[in-house]
Amino acid sequence: MKSDILKIANNKFKSRLIVGTGKYKNMKECAKAIKISGAEIVTVAVRRVNISDKSKPLLMDYIDPKKIMYLPNTAGCFTSKDALRTLRLAREIGGWKIVKLEVLGDKKNLFPDMIETLKSTEVLTKEGFKVMVYCNDDPLMCKRLENSGASAIMPLAAPIGSGLGIQNKINIKILRQQTKVPLIIDAGLGQASDAVQAMEMGCDAVLINTAIAKAKKPFQMAESMKYAVISGRKSFLSGRIMPNLSGSPSTTKIGLI
Amino acid sequence: MNKKNKIKIVVNGKLLTVKTKFSVKNLIEKLKIPINKVAIELNEEIVNKKKINKIFLENNDKIEIVNFIGGG
Repeated sequence: MKSDILKIANNKFKSRLIVGTGKYKNMKECAKAIKISGAEIVTVAVRRVNISDKSKPLLMDYIDPKKIMYLPNTAGCFTSKDALRTLRLAREIGGWKIVKLEVLGDKKNLFPDMIETLKSTEVLTKEGFKVMVYCNDDPLMCKRLENSGASAIMPLAAPIGSGLGIQNKINIKILRQQTKVPLIIDAGLGQASDAVQAMEMGCDAVLINTAIAKAKKPFQMAESMKYAVISGRKSFLSGRIMPNLSGSPSTTKIGLI
Repeated sequence: MNKKNKIKIVVNGKLLTVKTKFSVKNLIEKLKIPINKVAIELNEEIVNKKKINKIFLENNDKIEIVNFIGGG
């Protein structure tokens, strides 16, 4: 098989699984789960340095940004202003240009505020950022994001951290048809079969955090997700048979005794 | 040292007292912060890390020092 490469803003990746680094018991567990998952991109958040307890371990001490691409994320931002401030700071830490924009509008179900998200995408793109955008599944808004220069469209499949699986298959299928940049399912996946489904629907990648970090056995789930993404992708590329209500025998009748 | 030679600044929401003619570089060194792993904001403006020895703090300045942590 020809090598199957994921391209985001001219960066090439072999793995189509992007993982989050939140919610783990500790940094050591997080780093090990990431390694097992085979992910080449991890999302990270920007927060204040703890100036009173400097013994606290730093993420960079556990996950080497030279080996795994950090994708700074604006998790927890509810306005365009906060999101822009966060990503400008992220860029300043070490020259990160590829970022994940997430502007939330609803504290209960964490749905994105698409008006603020669109505004932020336009500003960031003009400032030279390559913006991967967490968004809802509305084809019109997603098209607008793409037209304003988004480097990836990242719709939710269900609320962040809910583990409900893909609840919006029709919209994801429509998005698959219309989206020219990478289409990445960002939120709501709960188990390996959800990741397989996303990949079989033709999504370019999936982003998973809670489903791995909060599984009873995070390392085993990380491995499971790794193979689910590979399996779903290969299945998608293999040209599935058409579903048929009638049966079709697998064995020839010739030579039947 | 008397009070005249001291200024009050707020770093990551915490009040600190430092001497006058205290640069951002002095602050980073005092707090033992690895400069290559953080970004710095002075009164909501990003500070160029290459120039921190030339930027001196003033009374009531607000400084934010951020880094990457785990997140989704």
